[in-house]
Amino acid sequence: MKSLQNSWRRLENLFNPAFGQALNPWYHLGAIIYFLFWVVVVSGIYLYIFYRTGVNEAYQTVESLTHDQPYVGGVMRSLHRYASDGIVVAMLLHMLRSFIYGRFHGFRWFSWVTGVLLIWLVYISGINGYWMVWDRLAQFVAVATTEWFDWLPLFSQPLARNFLAQGNVSDRFINMLSFIHIFIPLLMLLFMWVHTKRMNNAETYPPQSLAAGTLLALLALSLVKPALSHAQADLALVPAALRLDWFYLAPYPLIYAWSPGAVWALVGGFTMLLLAVPWLLKPRGRVPVAEVHPDNCNGCERCFKDCPYSAILMRSRQDGRPYALLPVVDPKLCASCGICVGACPSSMPFRRHGMVSGIELPDKLLLALRADTDHALDGLRGKARVMVFGCDCAYDVRALQSEEVAALSLPCIGMLPPAFIDYALRDSRADGVLIAGCRECDCQYRLGIRWTEQRLAREREPRLRQRVPAQRVETCWAGPPDEKLARAALSALQARIAQLPRAAFEDDGELELEHR
Amino acid sequence: MKPLNYLGQGVAYALFAVVLGYFSTSPEYEHMPPDQALVKLSFSHAAQRKGACRERTDEELAKLKPNMRIRKDCPRERANVVVELEMDGKQMYHVELPPPGLAHDGAASIYRRMPVPAGTHRFVVRLKDKVDGDFDFVHEENVDLVAGRALVIDFKADVPGAPGFMFKK
Repeated sequence: MKSLQNSWRRLENLFNPAFGQALNPWYHLGAIIYFLFWVVVVSGIYLYIFYRTGVNEAYQTVESLTHDQPYVGGVMRSLHRYASDGIVVAMLLHMLRSFIYGRFHGFRWFSWVTGVLLIWLVYISGINGYWMVWDRLAQFVAVATTEWFDWLPLFSQPLARNFLAQGNVSDRFINMLSFIHIFIPLLMLLFMWVHTKRMNNAETYPPQSLAAGTLLALLALSLVKPALSHAQADLALVPAALRLDWFYLAPYPLIYAWSPGAVWALVGGFTMLLLAVPWLLKPRGRVPVAEVHPDNCNGCERCFKDCPYSAILMRSRQDGRPYALLPVVDPKLCASCGICVGACPSSMPFRRHGMVSGIELPDKLLLALRADTDHALDGLRGKARVMVFGCDCAYDVRALQSEEVAALSLPCIGMLPPAFIDYALRDSRADGVLIAGCRECDCQYRLGIRWTEQRLAREREPRLRQRVPAQRVETCWAGPPDEKLARAALSALQARIAQLPRAAFEDDGELELEHR
Repeated sequence: MKPLNYLGQGVAYALFAVVLGYFSTSPEYEHMPPDQALVKLSFSHAAQRKGACRERTDEELAKLKPNMRIRKDCPRERANVVVELEMDGKQMYHVELPPPGLAHDGAASIYRRMPVPAGTHRFVVRLKDKVDGDFDFVHEENVDLVAGRALVIDFKADVPGAPGFMFKK
């Protein structure tokens, strides 16, 4: 699995030279789906203004939109089609990527399962959209769908009998289709909200330039290859050659090549398998979740605000301490990433007594991290001594270790309290600090990099202290296979600090909690 | 951002558009070979009841609640519907349809699609809807089936004056 993950990361890295890490579309697939959804909604509203819900009118109005106003209606229709297709592409890649990176088990099961249900809604909505044109393709899809459903022992009469002859289809039927085509996307939107409900600061809009590029690509495609209808539906005829939209209709030929039952087995079996993935591929054992230490907590809510999965709730405090709130960790939602530890103002390595934070990972105590940091710093020799703090999910920084370089890896770089940078540089124990994590915008725990960058930029609590010289701190966002990137960042930092005087700053004594 | 970056992005977006544009209509799917037509045999028909109806006696009626006092007493269970379709003297399809429902009293339904070579064919279709005896309804017809067209063979028992099979082209 690791090698598959690294191969996939290399594929994604191909986009970095052109887009940069911040705009790499692979890291924003979920947000791109949201964006495409809104393109479909806006273009759909325009089309619906002109659409008439009659057997003949449905086809005629779509034809009129396509040919009588090609640069508005035609483009809108094509955008509607291609953005819908784009949703399928982005959705399947999003799912495949989540699977390859193992982002489906434990606290993530909810997003995975709701994502699988969303696939059905996307397909129902897209296939239903093809019916609405009421051309030969719609006829084929309608007949094939009903023949497929008739395999299920659910209906007293075969549904396909509704499409036996031309007169069987009424205006009311087309009206019902248009109602479904509004209702299902609304349901989809609700599920998209549910899908991201457990995410704190969910990205529901891609970076502007990515959105603009995607829209331009769809517009260009709409102008070069406008979406066109087949001939009008005629139930006395059997559609022979069809220009299928394979993104939505790929299973349909299988209904006739195999059998309706076989397609149900394929689709139903695949769905059940996907739904079971979080439990079938569940890793053995579980990392202990974060624990709150009320004696060291002042209820500042930073852990609550920074938790990427809303696993921390603030409850009113009953222990007589002069603080209103106390965080409570929901073990089912906790990712054990330690970002809350990095957010806690009590995570202060300078404290000489009682080095316990307000919230801790039981198997990665800050006391141990400080001891490891001390041990690592004590062993440093040379002119450009660097302390590297890395992330277990990113490039393994321990491979950088040498006489001049010490490295420690954390579950997520977001776990590192900025005070540890200060701590490593005080008394010239190190000449520089390298902060390494997953690729930008691709943090395994979503927000570790964002919060770290904001903390280092002194835009987010806990801020890096002003006395830490910016020249002595470098960040590097590199995935497991990105050794070159990590070594380049290290070399750049060492070259820079070699030019600086040795002494960074002196320790100014024990720091205690601001609120005590 | 350098021009080369924009060029790279342009290539990626173009690739995305090409994939969408191609697979949204291609490759073409041939649903039915051009020299074939389609026969659809489909109907919904309630067969005759398995047992004969009888008249209730006055005593029997008196024992029933007032709203249930119906003179005729018919068994609910219906017979199977047997259907056969022949084309040019060869049997294409034969099926015995049991009546649906817990009491086996529903209308049996069928929908069957059969691609056939285009051209003139002689179709014979038979239906039996009682327990014993021969077929109750038989229909024979020469049909010139044009390629790409559908022939629907329906059955209606409640058409006044002409109950039986209907061939719709």
